[in-house]
Amino acid sequence: MSDATLPSAAATPPRSASRARSESPVVQVALIAISLAFLLLFLLLPLVTVFVEAAAKGWEAYRAAITEPDALAAIRLTLLVAAIAVPFNIIVGIAAAWAIAKFEFRGKDLLISLIDLPFSVSPVISGLVFVLLFGAQGYFGPWLQANDLKIVFALPGLILATVFVTFPFVARELIPHMQSLGSADEEAALTLGASPWRVFFAVTLPNVKWSLFYGVLLCNARAMGEFGAVAVVSGKIRGLTNTMPLHIEILYNEYMGAAAFAVASLLAGLALVTLVLKTLLEWRYGDAIAASGRH
Amino acid sequence: MTRPAYSRLLRAGLVLGAFSLCFGVVAGARAQTELLNVSYDPTRELYRDINAAFLAEWNAKHPDKKIATIRQSHGGSGAQARTVIDGLNADVVTLALAGDIDAVAERSKKLPLDWQKRLPHNSSPYTSTIVFLVRKGNPKAIKDWGDLVKPGVQIITPNPKTSGGARWNYLAAWAYAEKAFNKDDAKIRDYIGKLLANVPVLDTGARGATTTFTQRGIGDVFLSWENEAFLALKEFGTDKFDIVVPSPSILAEPPVALVDGNVDAKKTREQAQAYLEFLYTPKAQAIIARNFYRPRNPEAADAKDIANFPKVELVTIDDVFGGWKKAQPTHFGDGGTFDQLYKPAR
Repeated sequence: MSDATLPSAAATPPRSASRARSESPVVQVALIAISLAFLLLFLLLPLVTVFVEAAAKGWEAYRAAITEPDALAAIRLTLLVAAIAVPFNIIVGIAAAWAIAKFEFRGKDLLISLIDLPFSVSPVISGLVFVLLFGAQGYFGPWLQANDLKIVFALPGLILATVFVTFPFVARELIPHMQSLGSADEEAALTLGASPWRVFFAVTLPNVKWSLFYGVLLCNARAMGEFGAVAVVSGKIRGLTNTMPLHIEILYNEYMGAAAFAVASLLAGLALVTLVLKTLLEWRYGDAIAASGRH
Repeated sequence: MTRPAYSRLLRAGLVLGAFSLCFGVVAGARAQTELLNVSYDPTRELYRDINAAFLAEWNAKHPDKKIATIRQSHGGSGAQARTVIDGLNADVVTLALAGDIDAVAERSKKLPLDWQKRLPHNSSPYTSTIVFLVRKGNPKAIKDWGDLVKPGVQIITPNPKTSGGARWNYLAAWAYAEKAFNKDDAKIRDYIGKLLANVPVLDTGARGATTTFTQRGIGDVFLSWENEAFLALKEFGTDKFDIVVPSPSILAEPPVALVDGNVDAKKTREQAQAYLEFLYTPKAQAIIARNFYRPRNPEAADAKDIANFPKVELVTIDDVFGGWKKAQPTHFGDGGTFDQLYKPAR
């Protein structure tokens, strides 16, 4: 974030004029040049490469790569996993953020640290814990097998791993925003006789809708792109438990570089759509966002 | 946006979430006869051909017991064994070496310990060996195992802890050293230590190592499955790499086995058994040779494919090492010779 805000902070005089003037123009230009060069070299160039490589063998090859049954299965699976994991994280994320921002209770700090846990733990470990819990040799393995239930190396495992890894996004966006708003609005609504549910849907949620929206976007992008945790619990069965990121690796390893990048370009495309959507909404509802205290 | 509209939107979202959950459960419950073959890294192309041929033959003969698809999972042989132990529902395992299937039998108890006696030829319908893949023209003049320890030679091989091919590489080098140094243990260890010191990266599986050597251009010599080396020539053209055949190499027997516990639970024993037996038929043996594996029955294969295979002096793991049951713990177990001799470069 910090490198992205550098040039814009320098470009909006009213707020940062005093600071900008205290620094010499050379420093200013150098800072802008460094961040711009960094963005071009490390972010834009790889992204462009993906699309160039994807188009390397022409439109027909591209179409064949993304309509091939295993690729379609991977795309469907990725969307399905995200469609379940993201709503789940929205509900639990809102609940956790609400509890932390609006109430005082013992163990609150512990809860906040726990929410951050998936960020600090390596995704491989996030995957492995589910194998250790639900794998055939795991704690619940024998019971699951006896009841013919499959968790790891099947859809439930993929969803669990994705939920675990993407959990913090919604809650992390909401907590600081809700905390900064305080609970004055809610108290006013309650004194006016609104039911707690009504307060939640009519006051709390609309107040934080932009943070919620950002959280959902980030959560969704990560849910679709997650590799490490998902790779551990997938079992890599083609056409069944292979998500898009895993499918890309498989294609690349099978000497099908163009096909790998074709699927990769779809994934990158989803990320770009997310970005455009965010920018579009910021532009359209800029005032509302500023008013709600976000960015 | 008005407030009621907003809450309506949220409710719609909740309904959508619930709906997709139901959809997920339904999608998971679809039942058809499917086989799952959990295999090692380089067999991707082989089993793609085998599966198509077997499905056509089986479904024509058994319209009442049709198999919808044969699913494939590939990775480093040791890592794949680990996933089956952890519960991946494989009907059959087709791994790089017997030691990995032994591990599945011991730990999951889903197949008998003497599984290797159940099919002909040690349950290995095809064999392969280890060759050197070098850059075109062989600029570092690598002719045999002895040249690998020359200073400045970079060797690519995957990690023996996770890759079956790498374990064959390691044992082939050991077998050479044992012969060259007349079983002098100190000299053998010195040789293997120097060889490992020339390895810049250890990938987890054979295919990863192939990509490191061919696509990322790292290393002077790649210790490779013979089939993987031929495939690289086919993919990248014979003008990029040469194959060097070392003086002795090792007879690699990648075995196949039925996972009894899984096929009985899935009621696929008949199909899975037929699938493994199909590998020994003349039709499959021809496909095997076409994919650069050495068939057990060369007469069944195209003479052109057979002519590809260079003559190599092959030692067997049983003769030199007393079988996998001994070689695995001595060399690759925790604290085995690999752990003693491999010192990652700093």
